[in-house]
Amino acid sequence: MSLELVCPAGNLPALKAAVDNGADCVYFGFRNNTNARAFSGLNFDAETAKQGISYATERGRKVLLALNTFPQTAEWHTWRQAIDDAAELGVSALILADVSLMRYASRTYPNLRLHLSVQGSATNYEAINFYHEHFGIQRAVLPRVLSLAQVENVVKNTPVEIELFGFGGLCVMVEGRCILSSYATGESPNTAGVCSPAKAVRWQQTSAGLESRLNGILLDRYSSDENAGYPTLCKGRFEVEDETYYALEEPTSLNTLELIPEMLRMGISAIKIEGRQRSPVYVEQVTRVWRAAIDAAKKDAAHYVATPDWMAQLGKVSEGQQHTLGAYYRPWK
Amino acid sequence: MKISLGPILYYWTKNSVQDFYDNVADWPVDIVYLGEVVCSRRHEMRLDDWLNVASKLAVAGKEVVLSTQALLESESDLKTLRRLVGNGIFGIEANDMGAVHLAKGQNFVVGPHINTYNGDTLEILAEQGAKRWVMPMELSRHVLYELMVKKPSGMETEVFAYGRLPLAFSSRCFTARRYNLPKDDCHFMCLQHPCGMTLKTRENQSFLALNGTQTQSASIYNLIGEVSDMQQIGVDIVRISPQPEHTAEVVAAFSTAIEHVASASEAKAKLAPYLFDEPCDGYWHGRSGIEQSMETLP
Repeated sequence: MSLELVCPAGNLPALKAAVDNGADCVYFGFRNNTNARAFSGLNFDAETAKQGISYATERGRKVLLALNTFPQTAEWHTWRQAIDDAAELGVSALILADVSLMRYASRTYPNLRLHLSVQGSATNYEAINFYHEHFGIQRAVLPRVLSLAQVENVVKNTPVEIELFGFGGLCVMVEGRCILSSYATGESPNTAGVCSPAKAVRWQQTSAGLESRLNGILLDRYSSDENAGYPTLCKGRFEVEDETYYALEEPTSLNTLELIPEMLRMGISAIKIEGRQRSPVYVEQVTRVWRAAIDAAKKDAAHYVATPDWMAQLGKVSEGQQHTLGAYYRPWK
Repeated sequence: MKISLGPILYYWTKNSVQDFYDNVADWPVDIVYLGEVVCSRRHEMRLDDWLNVASKLAVAGKEVVLSTQALLESESDLKTLRRLVGNGIFGIEANDMGAVHLAKGQNFVVGPHINTYNGDTLEILAEQGAKRWVMPMELSRHVLYELMVKKPSGMETEVFAYGRLPLAFSSRCFTARRYNLPKDDCHFMCLQHPCGMTLKTRENQSFLALNGTQTQSASIYNLIGEVSDMQQIGVDIVRISPQPEHTAEVVAAFSTAIEHVASASEAKAKLAPYLFDEPCDGYWHGRSGIEQSMETLP
């Protein structure tokens, strides 16, 4: 198994950009709350999904559908319908988080490949092997909280392929186990497919500076010489014991370009690029750099370096123009 | 309806923990969850210490359940988990699917950190051996009500009804971060914050509480006014999350509400002096968790 490059597609132009620039797989969601990027104006209806799947598969690429929110009892049929539609459309795999959907999909479509979403919060091989034994999960996407040594221990103890986040927005919390967003706004990734939803965001210019609020709660205040980023709840500045700082995480992006040889050595199956909410231009630039980097590392891992040019190109599209290796690098914790 | 005492989510000294549970023996609680759910570095209480406390509480007539860590990262985390699951005497509360995998066939409790959002999921967990589930914090009365209709027979339902809400887990330690300490050399600063460190917005609104790798609500989730409604829809157990002081009084207030010795408003008034931060109940009412509903008029 080689290291696959898995790229985000928030819409058809982004999907084409990913395919044209060397993605091995693209992942997308339907236009409702069955996926964790349920933003207005984003995602695919039946017709664009059909076109996107054709475009990718005709060029030998795979298409993955994210159905990674948690259905509640009364709405469960909406998710079941999405699974049926995906099977009909002929996606390469489903990315699921909820066990009831895994059971339905594995019983109804035994030949349809299933991936465990990062929203399934599996950080250890006992959890991953549970999903494998009961529902035949073939790949798991790990939350962005493990060090490389911990990731390697997972790989060694499971038959399930492991996919890692390589680049993009950084969740500082275990995905699927963070309800900060619903605490502030009533909607979370688990329930509504959104984090810090745009409809709850208010920007306000005040004498103290530009303020960002989420459902009225002050997340940050910027002076005129500071760049204001999207007000994600965990990336605001707060006060703890009279010190004001980024108490949870800075507005920064994950970038693991320099770790590719290590991932190859460990037997990682795929690298995921975050950002279905980002533009086709973002997808094009990030896919192109990662394609080149993965190819270079596969050709000659010993002499591989993440070139300054690549890093600069990724830097331009990073949140807050900052990078981190996140939890893969232990001191981050 | 029974009262349970959730696991202590904070890092207290061994003496504090043991003193706390010495007193619990006399409280009107039926079920006591024990163990470290948040951070594997916390070692004041070793497994044998927990088992000693468990034995004493069992002798006092309490049902004892050993809670397992929510975020399992390392082989040593799994080793601890295997020891808990294989203890041979007490049941466990599974807070990760890894624990469900290992506890298969035992009568385990599905903890609040397993994402049980619908009846089919609960059915699958019942097939693994679950006898009780704790509703995830962000679900509402309405969602619970719909799920209760599909609940497998014999499955007990428990609702987190009092305490700062556990909202998120990370591998990063936010308490160590506050002191610019690396997680691996954290000086165990959590010991100095027996109910977490309050995080405020830049306009002084209490918002969250940092508890090591766990982020909690600063506000205290308080469903004492909903006890009789919960009894009506079939909730079997209300969970009270321990706080450093006055947990006995909190338990007593819930007990009077459950026994209908006090009306909802009387029970609320009895509890009010012991809330150490603002109350909230938004999740139960299907709103943002931080909200507190207006007092309903009698």
